[in-house]
Amino acid sequence: MTNLQKYENAFIETLGIEQNQTTNLEYQAIPEWDSIGHMSLITALEDVFDIMMDTDDIIDFSSFEKGKELLKKYDVQI
Amino acid sequence: MMFKFDEFADNVAIICEDGESISYTELQSACDELSARIKTRSIIFNLCANEKGSLLGYVTFINAGIVPVMLDATLDKELLSALIESYSPDYLWVPQTQAEFFGDCEQVFVIWDYTLLKTPYTNVYPLHDELALLLTTSGSTGSPKFVRQSYTNIRANTESIVEYLQLESNERPITTMPMSYTYGLSIINSHLWVGASVILTQKTLMQKEFWQQFKDHGATSFGGVPYVYEMLDKLRFFRMDLPSLRAMTQAGGKLSPELHKKFAEYAIANNKKFIVMYGQTEATARMSYLPAEKSLEKYGSMGIAIPGGEFSLADVDGNEIIESDKVGELVYKGANVTLGYAQSGSDLLKGDERFGVLITGDMAKRDKDGFYYIVGRKKRFLKIFGSRVNLDETERLLNSAFTDIECACGGVDDRMTVFITNPELAQSIISFLVEKTGLNRIAFKVIHVEKIPRNEAGKILYSELNKIDV
Repeated sequence: MTNLQKYENAFIETLGIEQNQTTNLEYQAIPEWDSIGHMSLITALEDVFDIMMDTDDIIDFSSFEKGKELLKKYDVQI
Repeated sequence: MMFKFDEFADNVAIICEDGESISYTELQSACDELSARIKTRSIIFNLCANEKGSLLGYVTFINAGIVPVMLDATLDKELLSALIESYSPDYLWVPQTQAEFFGDCEQVFVIWDYTLLKTPYTNVYPLHDELALLLTTSGSTGSPKFVRQSYTNIRANTESIVEYLQLESNERPITTMPMSYTYGLSIINSHLWVGASVILTQKTLMQKEFWQQFKDHGATSFGGVPYVYEMLDKLRFFRMDLPSLRAMTQAGGKLSPELHKKFAEYAIANNKKFIVMYGQTEATARMSYLPAEKSLEKYGSMGIAIPGGEFSLADVDGNEIIESDKVGELVYKGANVTLGYAQSGSDLLKGDERFGVLITGDMAKRDKDGFYYIVGRKKRFLKIFGSRVNLDETERLLNSAFTDIECACGGVDDRMTVFITNPELAQSIISFLVEKTGLNRIAFKVIHVEKIPRNEAGKILYSELNKIDV
């Protein structure tokens, strides 16, 4: 599985959405991605990429695209 | 009159998300403008958000003898219509952006981005003189069961909270929960009572903007339900530099003893206060608190009764338990025990049905030093993300929507399990529950069973189901 697939799967599984919904998805744009969904999403991403994110990055993780950029800091290329 | 804003004239009452500061004088004059347009002793639905308009509405109504029903502005419109039908409110107070939705209402007045709407109803149901406020018992299921709170209830609980939290006008709490939720509302009540400044935000702890606002305006405290503390833990809260923070309160469900201990240790090491509390909407808001200096020594405990309140434990026969460490049903006495429930408009004329005594439905024990610990619950409901969700009601909702299946609801706090006999419906059931409760889907889990176990009388054997829910 590529990193992109793993990244997408984390969204699809924790938020219970379809793949076509992930593009340009933003925090709070759908009811599933609220603060509770965010917490689960971060946990899922940390598990799948075996990383531990900093507070600033967790609260800056405001969209599907933004997350890709933030993960570069942890040597995860998507 | 409940709130005496003229005493705090130039103090800042509200700090909005865009940085705007509103003084108590400005708040009072907006209250005067709004109350002049509403008949006293009428009933109004306040569609709440953590915005200045929603807060203005609440304090205006309470001070002018207008009875608000506090509902979340995001409540499903179908559920809202059903509530309007059962209570026939005289007015609606809604975010300006939603005003168009209510076609059969007349727009009367707009102030602070909220619109006052006159409904086609006028004084349909007479109101009891003491009735001040109506709050839902479960956040967003749209249940018509409201708690009837009196002016005396609100005053007594607010004064008590101010006393045990030692609140003064230099406090600046930041909002972390809706004001339609009794805990969120009690934070607003107790701070406006002492002339402090409430920082209003619609942002969540998971957003940079929340923490920016926190720092820009020097927030001194916040409250949170258990999942908020789990989130803070996840956010590596203990490494954050928050010099303005003085106190954190926790209520709305039982925090795990591990997290209780962790936050108590952090607070002590960083010269802050961590105060665990216990309450119910039926007791206005608060019934107990664990004093900050005992937070570590007594972690896992919900503390002692608030000033003016009194706890006792009752055994199965209703006799008082005197000895320590014995479990019984928790009973509370105090002036903040609410009048009772309303199921529809005709109940609004009812008076006090509890006479200051609340049988909480929670099972608790008391240690030898007099501190109380919640150990379980008598009734079938869960606390999910701070809101009460009744399991029997949820079953009824599911049975009426999915007529040809058998289902049963169980689970633990923050995660409900739905047992079904038709596995194909799992996703539809979750989606349905998410829509009806407004809770994140993470709160629901579906387990497929061959058959719902029942006893000879046909009653569902929940204990059997819980055994397979691991």
